[in-house]
Amino acid sequence: MTTADVPNSIQKQIELAAPVSRVWRALTDHREFGAWFRVNLESPFEAGQVSRGRITWPGYEHVVWEAVVQRIEPESLFSFTWHPYSVAPGIDYSQETPTLVEFRLEATAAGTLLTVTESGFDHVPEARRAEAFLRNDGGWAQQIKNIETYVAQNL
Amino acid sequence: MSRKTCSREEAAPAVAPVFAALGDETRLLLLARLSEGDACSIAKLTEGSGLTRQAITKHLRVLQNARIVRCVRSGRESLFAVDPEPLTEIRAYLDRVSRAWDERLERLKAFVEIERVAD
Repeated sequence: MTTADVPNSIQKQIELAAPVSRVWRALTDHREFGAWFRVNLESPFEAGQVSRGRITWPGYEHVVWEAVVQRIEPESLFSFTWHPYSVAPGIDYSQETPTLVEFRLEATAAGTLLTVTESGFDHVPEARRAEAFLRNDGGWAQQIKNIETYVAQNL
Repeated sequence: MSRKTCSREEAAPAVAPVFAALGDETRLLLLARLSEGDACSIAKLTEGSGLTRQAITKHLRVLQNARIVRCVRSGRESLFAVDPEPLTEIRAYLDRVSRAWDERLERLKAFVEIERVAD
């Protein structure tokens, strides 16, 4: 698991043997995005706009995927907010604070290093969280470790 | 581990209060203290904390609402203890989200790399 220090975000890194321009297109062209993400998006991504489409996973075709595109910075950053588990029928997620997904691209000798971060699982607005972390004197990681040890012993 | 009998909402929305409760240094310190061993009274938790009893009470309430801490009665005293279940729940939740990303990124990798060969 990649979330040892702060239990509020997930970060993934993957090396792709394709140039940044190719990866960028796979991320930001809504048809290409839909092909690997498995969602049939209705229209191109546009910053500040809702993106919507039906999931194309067998068994989940009734589920509508929805995200709000945040930033499109060519060949460097693509981000959107969404509700990662908004698949339970009968629950209105529109009032819940969504999580933020960021795709960052970096050229490498082999192709592209892609870093994906999903954050905001506590549904606390970014400003308030930043304040909480600024007040932290570095004891955070140790506290989490203590708690994790405790949890492991009490499973 | 004992599961509470009260009905619970879907797993997804229920994790947010737990994450939010953990997003505070004082509450983490309280949790760490409670994780050291026996259930503690508010008076004991206040000792040497540099915080007022009211502040401790307020933070304990947040932890209780998030189900991370429960109150147990011992005679006339209220003692507080950690309930590890919500913590294991958020761990399982993050694991699920994490796995979903692994799978998506594998598909993306296949998508951009295979097509390149075809170019």
